[in-house]
Amino acid sequence: MPGRLKRDVAVVGVGMTRFGELWDMSFDELFIEAGLEALEDAGLSGDEIEAIYVGNMSAGRFIDQEHVASLIADRSGMTPVPCTRVEAACASGGLAFRHAVLAVASGLFDVVIAGGVEKMTDVTTEEATSILATASDQEWEAFHGVTFPALYAMMARRHMHEYGTDREELALPPVKNHRNATKNPKAQFRFEITVEQVIESPPIADPLRLLDCSPVSDGAAAVVVCPLDMAKELTDTPVVVKASAQASDAIALHDRETLTGLPATVEASRKAYKAAGIGPEDVDVAEVHDCFSIAEIMAVEDLGFVEKGEAGEAYREGMFEIDGEVAVNPSGGLKAKGHPVGASGVAQVVEIVEQLRGEAGKRQVDGAEIGLTHNVGGSGGTVVVHVFERAD
Amino acid sequence: MSVPRFWRSIENRYRLVGTVCKNCGEKFFPPRVVCPNCRRSGEMEEYEFSGRGEVYSYSVVRVPPEGFEDKAPYVVGIVKLEEGPLVTGMIVDCEPSEVEIGMPVEATFRRVSEEGEDGVIYYSLEFRPVRR
Repeated sequence: MPGRLKRDVAVVGVGMTRFGELWDMSFDELFIEAGLEALEDAGLSGDEIEAIYVGNMSAGRFIDQEHVASLIADRSGMTPVPCTRVEAACASGGLAFRHAVLAVASGLFDVVIAGGVEKMTDVTTEEATSILATASDQEWEAFHGVTFPALYAMMARRHMHEYGTDREELALPPVKNHRNATKNPKAQFRFEITVEQVIESPPIADPLRLLDCSPVSDGAAAVVVCPLDMAKELTDTPVVVKASAQASDAIALHDRETLTGLPATVEASRKAYKAAGIGPEDVDVAEVHDCFSIAEIMAVEDLGFVEKGEAGEAYREGMFEIDGEVAVNPSGGLKAKGHPVGASGVAQVVEIVEQLRGEAGKRQVDGAEIGLTHNVGGSGGTVVVHVFERAD
Repeated sequence: MSVPRFWRSIENRYRLVGTVCKNCGEKFFPPRVVCPNCRRSGEMEEYEFSGRGEVYSYSVVRVPPEGFEDKAPYVVGIVKLEEGPLVTGMIVDCEPSEVEIGMPVEATFRRVSEEGEDGVIYYSLEFRPVRR
């Protein structure tokens, strides 16, 4: 069937650095730490690896280094294994994972590493703001001084206008995600915040404020994938990739059919649910792309967890808490775990695998069997959705 | 943005020249080479927009990118042109608190940003409220 993987692929090892301002670690050291942890978790020496896919948004601008595929293969002692950099702005990690999965499903390789890395704190805030804006349309959005937060702010404004979402509801995802992050030892912000603190934090792009926004972070994440048959020999707890789906949309917000959601999320998740043979109601735990508060509100709607316009009320009722109907961002999400852009999509996979194995510690979602990751590039021009299931 | 890159789009930025597909009739700004509705059966020609429209959504940028440090806070918006397309631009000549969804606006020629003291100065049509 079109849209289905040609053979079953499983995740057998996961690793990630802590996320944050890691002044003492270089770009390649970050990737190596995550990669070694994933190999150790999979019980592999490294000799088994046949290919590497690396998600990275903008090493060229952040650390003045392109050709990072070679750099990473080299510094991690993996030459001549083929290494490929994958770029789709903030969806680079999710897309790198997808390409690793597709390569294994095709039969070309058996054991592959998918990783993601970003080193963002070597530049000033103004530079980081400009670099992140390259994920939008440089000629027709950024030219006019439109920043990345401003794009999501315009989506928030429209969501508030059309559905009556209020400023307090907008603050609920960040508050939840900070609370979850206190249970994640690798998160950047391990402290709670209140609705009042979000609403009174410094304005960035009205109506969004500082605590509506994910931070600038350093970090890396890596996972090992292989055929399910092989995975069962390597581990007692393989997590199978039930679906891998991707959709594109216009790079500029003004060319989209709506501003109150991401059509590419709707399309990618529709394809993923169909391939996995499930519906949104079957998902127990999801890591969604909450680069801004409004982004998580739109995500839970576009993924079908609630109807369009009803997220605010669902947050008030606790639907997305760790013990809620569907746990959303138990890791703390991009907001509180941190958002090293190229790494985030892979870190989402790390969290879902740990959840489905039952190894998520204090933030464990009870009885989690089906998990989903949702990774967005730019303001919605690329969306990658994966569905996972415990394979026992 | 380099001089040639800016120069290529001067007609679009100074006169709001976009495109219209002769096959399906949909108008586009910014201009498109390929019609997404008709693909290979489409045929594009230039189309000059009136510059009139209304605010569809907006934000006030408080943390500016490089080149806009002196302007912040400033209002940016997505404007629905009377001919149909949505377009992104600054909303100028008014206080941020005056801007609201549905507010009528018209295009106006503005200095947008400059690359340092000796670099290129960028101009473009932006939007201002229609005052009656």
